[in-house]
Amino acid sequence: MREKRTDAVVIGGGSAGLAAASRIAAAGYSVTVLERENELGGILNQCIHNGFGLQRFKQDLSGPEYAERFIDSVGKQDNVEVLLETTALEVSPGAVHTVYGYSRQGGVSRIDARAIVLAMGCRERNRGNIGIPGTRPSGVFTAGLAQRLINIDGYIPGRRAVILGSGDIGLIMARRCTWVGMEVLAVVEIQSYPSGLTRNIVQCLNDFGIPLYLSHTVSAIHGKDRVSGVTVTPLEEGRSMGAKSFDLDCDTILLSVGLIPDNELSRKFGVRLNPETGGAFVDAGLMSSIPGVFACGNVLHVHDLVDYVSEESERCASFVIQYLKGEYHRQHHPVTAGANVKYVIPNKYLPDTTNRFYLRSLIVKNKAELVVTLDGEPMKRKKLSHVQPSEMVSFSLDAVDLPRTSEPGEKRLEVSIV
Amino acid sequence: MERKLVCISCPLGCRLTVNWENERNITVSGNRCAKGESYATEEILAPKRVVTATVAVAAGAASATSAAAGRAAAGPAATGQTAAARVFTSGPRRLPVKTNAPLLKEHISELLNTLYRMEVKPPLRCGDVLLKDIAGTGVDLVAARSLKGR
Repeated sequence: MREKRTDAVVIGGGSAGLAAASRIAAAGYSVTVLERENELGGILNQCIHNGFGLQRFKQDLSGPEYAERFIDSVGKQDNVEVLLETTALEVSPGAVHTVYGYSRQGGVSRIDARAIVLAMGCRERNRGNIGIPGTRPSGVFTAGLAQRLINIDGYIPGRRAVILGSGDIGLIMARRCTWVGMEVLAVVEIQSYPSGLTRNIVQCLNDFGIPLYLSHTVSAIHGKDRVSGVTVTPLEEGRSMGAKSFDLDCDTILLSVGLIPDNELSRKFGVRLNPETGGAFVDAGLMSSIPGVFACGNVLHVHDLVDYVSEESERCASFVIQYLKGEYHRQHHPVTAGANVKYVIPNKYLPDTTNRFYLRSLIVKNKAELVVTLDGEPMKRKKLSHVQPSEMVSFSLDAVDLPRTSEPGEKRLEVSIV
Repeated sequence: MERKLVCISCPLGCRLTVNWENERNITVSGNRCAKGESYATEEILAPKRVVTATVAVAAGAASATSAAAGRAAAGPAATGQTAAARVFTSGPRRLPVKTNAPLLKEHISELLNTLYRMEVKPPLRCGDVLLKDIAGTGVDLVAARSLKGR
């Protein structure tokens, strides 16, 4: 077994891990990145469409281009070691944490580090998560798997597809499937509004005349060896209208029905998880319930834009650096989700400094308002032109609005949408 | 004439209203930046889209990507020749490509047909031009990542 000691271990070499590793290394600390795949870049490698980097680089990049900028920046730093095709198996937390990694080539390696950054990203919800009745033929894929098959491996997963769920990956795949010669019969969405960005409805569905059935669901999958069709059922006021069902004749079903932070490893070593996000509970420095263990990117909460993942991960890295210097600020106050808010990240804030928050709405509303209260007293309002659960909201609070470190006791922030 | 559009230039998705009497007199409202105006004008006159796709990488010609991955071993114990060979055999089979500007919609299907038959040989740098001046539009097809050679 190979053994080594490093300042920080970053688990996952995708957009979050790369941004964090690069920033930590730039401060002079040694970093080891564990990446399960044979290349860095994570899910960006298969997201060949454009639309990345508009915020960060003010340029319209494809996923691989966005990834390459971060891969190059990590590659330029001598104090980053990247272990490819290496899966983090186990972490045993302590004053110094130990991470066990496994690779087919190198066997088990043991890495001791004072800080760990969880950057494992997320997984797709699949057929089991949503329980679609029917037979169990081949031809049912998650949208991301189909994306990998087409864009990385060069296989076309079928001929006639129905896409369930109107998340961005589903919409992007509707266009991609069409462009590789498949026929996309429909996108079926259970909600009364699309869950992906409007621009993707325009350029991925409308451009190709692909119908979007809102308030509809796939109520059965047919076929023995291969999918032979699906039954689509409309919903009215939450009730399924069986009599109005219709069948679509397809050989492929793509599921774009949500993402779940991939925290199997974190759960195993005792990181406290938030059921609302599926990610770790974190303080204002994105540190989990275990001192020295941080989380950023989609493993913390699912983001809509990679630009936000990079931003959050670099902020996370700045707190890791403070931790490694022994200067980590430990006085944190609680943040809670109020009315119409699914969650707020982080779960704590720091006095005396600017804090940045990300949240998701539970409601769809135009001309909404974000309301922040401090111990029940209103302290900040912000107008939001449009909110919906699929679009993350971010905001900052300035030091002047927050309590002083010198003030005793805890002051609770609550964030609501009205 | 009036048409409602959703701007696709960025994730904000501004709701645009376009009014025009003739091709020279188009007014756009609802946009939050200049991109919205040029998008709406183009959408009325000659709609364009950025095309992103992949092309085949010649068999056995590719190795892993840029600096970091090239330098990293395939697992902690793998060194030298073994690592290089291993990365080589698992190198990408497809190269992501894109048009370096939006392409007139009418040329997209012909471009896609060309791409199905195309094969590229590394080494390639991100941004390398693979097809120049597609259908006389001035738009190029470029590599959307780097691939190291053998």
